[in-house]
Amino acid sequence: MTSTADSATGDVDAGEGPIVAVRDLERTYRGGVHALRGVSLDVPRRGKFGIVGESGSGKSTLVRLLAALDRPTTGTITFDGTRVDDRRDRDLGFLRRRLQIVFQDPMGSLDPRMRVRDIISEPLGRTRGRDERVAELLEAVDLPADAGDKHPHRFSGGQRQRISIARALAPRPDVLIADEAVSALDVLVRQQILDLLTRLVDEYALTLVFVSHDLGVVRKVCDEVAVMRRGEIVEQGPVDEVYDTPRHEYTRELIAAAPTLHGALSASPTPASTEPAQPES
Amino acid sequence: MRGNLVVGGTLVGLVVVTALVSFVWTPLDPQAVDASVRLLGPTSDHLLGTDKFGRDVFSQLMVGAQTTLYVGIVAVGLAAAVGVPLGVLAAMGPRWLGELVMRTSDLVLAFPALLLAIMLAAVYGASTLTAMIAIGVATVPAFARVARAGTMQVLSREYTLAARAGGRSRWWIAWRHVLPNISGMVVVQSSVSFAMAVLAEAALSFLGFGTAPPTPSWGRMLQESQELLAVDVRLALVPGLAIAAVVLGFNLLGDGLRDRFDPRLEARR
Repeated sequence: MTSTADSATGDVDAGEGPIVAVRDLERTYRGGVHALRGVSLDVPRRGKFGIVGESGSGKSTLVRLLAALDRPTTGTITFDGTRVDDRRDRDLGFLRRRLQIVFQDPMGSLDPRMRVRDIISEPLGRTRGRDERVAELLEAVDLPADAGDKHPHRFSGGQRQRISIARALAPRPDVLIADEAVSALDVLVRQQILDLLTRLVDEYALTLVFVSHDLGVVRKVCDEVAVMRRGEIVEQGPVDEVYDTPRHEYTRELIAAAPTLHGALSASPTPASTEPAQPES
Repeated sequence: MRGNLVVGGTLVGLVVVTALVSFVWTPLDPQAVDASVRLLGPTSDHLLGTDKFGRDVFSQLMVGAQTTLYVGIVAVGLAAAVGVPLGVLAAMGPRWLGELVMRTSDLVLAFPALLLAIMLAAVYGASTLTAMIAIGVATVPAFARVARAGTMQVLSREYTLAARAGGRSRWWIAWRHVLPNISGMVVVQSSVSFAMAVLAEAALSFLGFGTAPPTPSWGRMLQESQELLAVDVRLALVPGLAIAAVVLGFNLLGDGLRDRFDPRLEARR
């Protein structure tokens, strides 16, 4: 009815194979920066797939390409059997409904001029039952029912991330990409948002792509992980295997350098959080 | 500084009120010529005296405020109505379009506004309308630049990315995200441009390319006072101070609003 892309996806055998398949992806920005140099990965259906790497490793570029917000220089991305890397924005309606992103910055990812109701319902466009859906979503992310009438600056970082999650869930997606979704939060709030995210992923049987620089969090959330470095995947496999018996030297370095989540939780809060009472260094 | 906002707002408010009152009431007919009361100093009948034709200066000043605001509103409105969409388009459209818009605006900026107005006046005759259009055209680049810079800033925010990931079109993003978020910058620019438009209109009227007689205009009052400077400085001082006050008012207002809309203060509001 709406577009040919919809019926095209219907023809493809759904429910088999990886939901997202990436092959030999390269992205070179103007000025010759090689953000991605040949990335291939499969995100299993209903899996929790982690992508780990330091800043500048190409994670954000990969996320943009997965969501078809940018085009690869070479390589292909297939979503549920349909190529998405070479389509125009207007032919991506199906992907826009089925794949959603929770962004990192709890401030920058919500328009300060919009009411929360309009932010959450934005991916729905002009559909009937918007208000009911917003109420449902607010409840799902444990926000008060009157939150919809307010502007985002009235909320704390953790609450803003809940709003972001509610918006991502609005079109009932199959795949949720969390792009450093808890990285800007302090430790205790981070745990709450992580719990919420994993609960919702289980509840709605979503596929989760969890992108983070934080190994501890990825290990806790994901069952499969890809380790990225300088635009390449240096190692990937089941989480426990990669963490317990890392094959690549870079993975070993990362694991050695990272504080464990347990350690982070028991240690004093980060400077950005509640009390900077304890002297640093 | 809150002071800027208050002082600027007061000055601008004073002129607006004066102009509005002058529609329904002035002490005397600003255009009534009376040879028996030429060049009077301030009296109880003539608060600011009379000019060389015996016209009441205070009444002229009041009605002149109409012209000033009228020119400012139309010129700035025209500039914003053309400049803002151009700037947004330059930032959101294809690269070549952005380049085209920006290079053209460089061209217009490099061309003296007064010269453009004089050319228009030469072709279409001197009138308030040609002055407004000339000032408006010359001000378009200022708005295009501000809108383009603001749009690029908005587009770098994740909420526009989220909107795209939510399947929303460019139009939606321009309308729902870009315009509301650059409106503050546009208001600030309007205030500053308004001050420049007032000054330009006064200059044009002074040169005889603006508002034509007998409509009172501050610039022409200034021009008519020129030959009488040695006789009575008052005739130059009155419109001169009025122009200075409005220009100062709008500039202060612009500065005050800029502080108010400063994105760094956004979280505190």
